[in-house]
Amino acid sequence: MLLTGAEIVAEVLIEQGVDTVFGYPGGSVLNIYDALYQYSDKINHYMSAHEQGAAHAADGYARLTGKTGVVISTSGPGATNLVTGIATAYMDSVPLVAITGNVPTSLIGRDSFQEVYIAGITMPITKHNFTVRSVEELADTLRTAFKIANEGRPGPVLIDIPKDVTVNKADFEVISPVNKAPEEKRLKHLEKVADLINSSKFPVVYFGGGVRISGAEQELFELLKKAEIPATYTMMAAGVLGYGDELNMGLIGMHGSRTANLAVDNADLVLAIGTRFSDRVALNTNKFARRARIVHIDIDPSEIGKNVPADTSIIGDVKKVLTALLPMIEKANHTEWLAQINEWKQKDYRPRDDDSVLKPHQVMSAICDAAGEDAVYITDVGQHQMWAAQYIRHLKTKSFLTSGGLGTMGYGYGAAIGAAVADGGKRPIIHITGDGSFHMNMNEACTAVSYNLPVITVIMNNSVLGMVRQWQKTFYGKRYSSSEPERKTNYKAVAEGFGLTGFKCTNLAEFKEALDKALELKAPVWIECVIDREEAVLPMIPAGGSVDDMIIN
Amino acid sequence: MEKHYLSVLVANHAGVLARISSLFCQRGFNIDSLTVSATDNPEISRITIVTTGDEASFRQVRKQTEKLIETKTLFPLNLRTSLLRELLLIKLRSNNELKPKIEEIAKKYGASVIDVSVGCMVLELTGEPEKVDDFLLKIKDYEIVEMCRTGVTAMERGEVTYLLGV
Ligand SMILES: Cc1ncc(C[n+]2csc(CCOP(=O)(O)OP(=O)(O)O)c2C)c(N)n1
Ligand SMILES: [Mg+2]
Repeated sequence: MLLTGAEIVAEVLIEQGVDTVFGYPGGSVLNIYDALYQYSDKINHYMSAHEQGAAHAADGYARLTGKTGVVISTSGPGATNLVTGIATAYMDSVPLVAITGNVPTSLIGRDSFQEVYIAGITMPITKHNFTVRSVEELADTLRTAFKIANEGRPGPVLIDIPKDVTVNKADFEVISPVNKAPEEKRLKHLEKVADLINSSKFPVVYFGGGVRISGAEQELFELLKKAEIPATYTMMAAGVLGYGDELNMGLIGMHGSRTANLAVDNADLVLAIGTRFSDRVALNTNKFARRARIVHIDIDPSEIGKNVPADTSIIGDVKKVLTALLPMIEKANHTEWLAQINEWKQKDYRPRDDDSVLKPHQVMSAICDAAGEDAVYITDVGQHQMWAAQYIRHLKTKSFLTSGGLGTMGYGYGAAIGAAVADGGKRPIIHITGDGSFHMNMNEACTAVSYNLPVITVIMNNSVLGMVRQWQKTFYGKRYSSSEPERKTNYKAVAEGFGLTGFKCTNLAEFKEALDKALELKAPVWIECVIDREEAVLPMIPAGGSVDDMIIN
Repeated sequence: MEKHYLSVLVANHAGVLARISSLFCQRGFNIDSLTVSATDNPEISRITIVTTGDEASFRQVRKQTEKLIETKTLFPLNLRTSLLRELLLIKLRSNNELKPKIEEIAKKYGASVIDVSVGCMVLELTGEPEKVDDFLLKIKDYEIVEMCRTGVTAMERGEVTYLLGV
């Protein structure tokens, strides 16, 4: 059938199984939005307050569901507003397809109104991007974009479509996406790795988001249990291994547990699975796992040896690798090693309770009590993010959405909205933010209200850019340069101004009450928690340091 | 710091060069020379990159380049089994007295005189980069008006051993 480019966009989205998109209209995408109007029974479009919010929403949607997130924006400022969202998705390997309109082909290159070279701008923050030159190539380009976004290590792909391409017509035929399994590459070094595991005395597994993305939670669990290996994880993998499991040592790295960092430091074998030895984990690459042989399992060959050299590596999808490895692993007990780890665990940092104020760890704990095991947590960036990572009792995979690689303040609200849309009201959606971060994206409240999305926003208000201030306190002689803004924001009033409910709490009882009410409302709610500005994220290993440099108080 | 030679076969698309050079730039890798050329396959271009850096970062930038969607295949060139060529154009100040002396050096290197104008002459030399370097040393006493080198283009001897991914 003969369709316009705009209709082809809608048709390919449907063909690719997309029923939800996020975005914001404008001149260059008028035709696409006209098609979305026509196809509104098949594609739900969610309009944000700002394109960045839409990009984060598509990202949150993708992280929660594992499906590809789709975001649409107009040319020029619409496209540049996506940039932070795309970079956030890139750093955390989130499958995302960004569709930008551009000025008509005849106006490209003339500094036309709202023209930017978005393909150039996004080159280093996408897996790939395309400029569509003619309507004939549109459908296949879109299909390829979805394929690239999902294949191997996922990531964002951008397609720039000049306006005339959306008007012109071409023949279109539905091609259902064949789930062609990627060609089977023989996995190398399996025997060697199995031998290393079977002969190690003090093994540690350190795993990351790759386990979640590949859906290898069960296989990882079986490996840990069978060979009795204690494990630590990065923020990207929170929830993959249940909180409270005796083999769970907690987070690794800068704000990780002392036990996890000590275990890696003393291990004779570190199995790094679906992870990339970032500078927040391997703070000092020379000292990281210094006594251990390192085995690195990852789908991306360019990660092997990038930051920390591996003794052996297996390149492949984590689920496939672990499935192949499991039968070769001998059942083992590491009684002595686990006893040592339990001894360390006794001495792990534990903040003191105080019900008369709001202590970060108690707030997190209260959230878990009220929201239950099923909740989805979304954070912004700063101290509150680390408290959420440390003290939420993570139990479910794909349920902690946070900007790990880019550390994007302002990620939270948009991502929470995307998660709420994906979830459709089944699970509690808890957005944990800081006063600084929230000022970057609170405008998305209007989106939550428009679509009545039950996002509960907990604002950890310490009145400062806490994470920046903590560094200034520790490393810059308490010179609080631009980290103590004298803001007078009345969150309850602002919430009401946006048409949602707001609460303000100063002690634990008040917070619990507000949270219960919020959960009952099944509507967007803000809860402001007043926190002492001196609260710090502990423990902490300074950048470039090792477990020997850990700050505990 | 070693010199590295890399052959990259890429899809002949607009923007490929930008993608590759942006990647080298981001990873802090200096490009000594880069040539893009057509191949017998109209859909494939061949990029030859010469860079200087330590082995580990070269390996990293190679893997990163390999990941680009438009990279079909890529391989470091083994200097012993490869043919490397570069073209030099050089304009030298000359007069009746200097001209025969310059011509004599040119002859030794197989460089040809491709233009003689009032006060200057232009030489062309093709050869291995070392030969070009060497030639430049020999004529360093003469005044260079302007010069340009194309950078290295290269291929391996014998049968083609790489596979083009699709
Ligand atoms: C977009 C962006 N700008 C700046 C930073 C640097 N930064 C990291 S944490 C932080 C402070 C965050 O403040 P707030 O949201 O109040 O969180 P808190 O640390 O107080 O919990 C800043 C400015 C960042 N991560 N992202
Ligand atoms: Mg704050």
